[in-house]
Amino acid sequence: MKQQISALLFGTALALCVTAAMAQDKNVKIGVLTDNSGLYSDLGGAGSTLAAQMAIEDSGLAAKGWKIDLISADHQNKPDIATTIARQWIDVEKVDILMDVLNSGVGLAINNLVKEKNAVMINTGAATSDLTNAQCSPNTVHWVYDTYMLANSTGQALVKAGGDTWYFLTADYAFGHALERDTTAVVVKSGGKVIGTVKHPLNSSDFSSFLLQAQASKAKIVGMANAGGDTTNTIKQASEFGIVAGGQKLAGLLLFITDVHSLGLKVAQGLTFTETFYWDLNDGTRAFSKRFSERMKNKAQPSMVQAGVYSGLIHYFKTLEAMGGNVHDGIKVVDKMKSLPTDDALFGKGSIRVDGRKIHPAYLFEVKKPEESKGPWDYYKLIGTTPGDQAFRPLSESACPLVKK
Amino acid sequence: MQALYAQLLVGLINGSFYALLSLGLAVIFGMLNIINFAHGALYMMGAFCAYFLLHLTGLGYWPALIIAPIVVGIFGMILERTMLQWLTGLDHLYGLLLTFGIALIVQGVFQNYFGSSGLPYAIPDELKGGMNLGFMFLPIYRGWVVVFSLIVCIATWYLIEKTRLGANLRAATENPTLVRAFGINVPRMITLTYGLGVGLAALAGVLSAPINQVRPLMGADLIIVVFAVVVIGGMGSIMGSIITGFALGVIEGLTKYFYPEASNTVVFVLMVLVLLVKPTGLTGRAA
Repeated sequence: MKQQISALLFGTALALCVTAAMAQDKNVKIGVLTDNSGLYSDLGGAGSTLAAQMAIEDSGLAAKGWKIDLISADHQNKPDIATTIARQWIDVEKVDILMDVLNSGVGLAINNLVKEKNAVMINTGAATSDLTNAQCSPNTVHWVYDTYMLANSTGQALVKAGGDTWYFLTADYAFGHALERDTTAVVVKSGGKVIGTVKHPLNSSDFSSFLLQAQASKAKIVGMANAGGDTTNTIKQASEFGIVAGGQKLAGLLLFITDVHSLGLKVAQGLTFTETFYWDLNDGTRAFSKRFSERMKNKAQPSMVQAGVYSGLIHYFKTLEAMGGNVHDGIKVVDKMKSLPTDDALFGKGSIRVDGRKIHPAYLFEVKKPEESKGPWDYYKLIGTTPGDQAFRPLSESACPLVKK
Repeated sequence: MQALYAQLLVGLINGSFYALLSLGLAVIFGMLNIINFAHGALYMMGAFCAYFLLHLTGLGYWPALIIAPIVVGIFGMILERTMLQWLTGLDHLYGLLLTFGIALIVQGVFQNYFGSSGLPYAIPDELKGGMNLGFMFLPIYRGWVVVFSLIVCIATWYLIEKTRLGANLRAATENPTLVRAFGINVPRMITLTYGLGVGLAALAGVLSAPINQVRPLMGADLIIVVFAVVVIGGMGSIMGSIITGFALGVIEGLTKYFYPEASNTVVFVLMVLVLLVKPTGLTGRAA
């Protein structure tokens, strides 16, 4: 009898504990899934994990009784590996939210998984605009940039400046195809023409064959619909083959500050492209970037992907706090995130649209000449700003099922 | 038609890198019986060595062309003395796994310190610019790469196939005990040979530094293709690997023109075809 009573008491206590925990669960687990070892590891990688760590510290949630865990893994740019890790994270490790998830192929794969498992993904690295278009999901927020925005900003500016014939060098996978498609639409809409395109395998080291074809096309603009090491090698070899000297202009459709740093200003000067974050934009970005680079091993300034991880998590934490606890329900959390305005030092005031698209301004930058730069990482001149409401694909053109028309 | 000439020439340029790298592999496999998977990492070290010579000591491209292969060659010889030599007589797999592990470690260390985007290295002033050949604009540096690697390849072939030193070397591979009886220090000779093969990889690294970014993974991207070149040419055949290197560069160049999407698989398709028809490779002799 005595044993029964104690068992009963124990059971009741346990049940009470569990209900209490359900009402006010303050445990959060964050997984940064990124490229830690391949060609994109400088623009995401360890820097993304650091940005997440800084967001956790700056949120001040630990002092309010929250327990926030952070794990990270290398997806090696392979969708199958990424899916395996993410599945294990969500099922076994009880990860609530996936951050970064760069590489469009990986991003789209994880997009499906996160929806199936009702978790959350704030994607700051994948470029494909499909994440908030045909493939949009109630569990995904696309934070930093997308191919539509890049094409819109850079493409329009270049056509306006007289670059009305284009030839594309395109990375042969989801991202390159999306970027080429979106840029082609903008070029044609602005009155330009696409003369040709050549698709190269991801991670090529030699671009001379492709550059010769671009040169022979006599297009005014050679659009690089690729990223990372592919872009830097293209730019370097284009200068070798006299593409720019011959009167053609290179258009970097997706370039990151880490690429410019690695190329050096001598080679990169004069390139025009679009980003949504630059460390030297204002006091807020400068303060964050200073703290960030001090903690980076190679003292690098944050890329927009890494800045997005910080900014996205700050909003996520704000949302959880407003909800009074972690409900471990992806759709509910993302819905709440969409209903709250975003505001942080890095991307300024903004919002998240119903299709999951984060809205903020896009900046058109030109790379400085070596003599204009005051020191390491002083690379960009701001030459134009597209306001947030015009930068991204309008909802009226959206194929996303979440958008009610 | 003009475009075709241009692609042929570009293919030849890439071919010179394949030739230099596969030559080093062939020398090492032919003489030491080691499948040197660390070759890509050593090629990368050559490029990094050139970068450091320039930025730490101010020594430019021309000294780097000599110093980098020596420095990396010495590193290679240390590897051979401390690790590889214990694998003599064992199955090929052991050497392959060991060198593969070494490659991963070396690349990981470099990536940890220098990131993945790479470091810039400029074309030397003497070789800047280009000439108009009528059908294409040929950067002078690329022309130099083809000529120089051709000279190095032929010199290496001559050294091994036609000189007394080369004869001793080949004899030592064939029958080490007997050669030792003639008073020749066989282990030292093997070490030097490995150093030579590694030096060739480093030389290719220096040559490629001004063309590609100096990146920790630059070798990893290339090594698989180079292995295919060696297999097609016939494992261990010196002349075979030189000719196949250049030929495959050209074939790959043409693929980039006619069907660019297949350009990174065409070499492997060829490898499969060659292995089906002639399992020892185009110039290989049956073991």
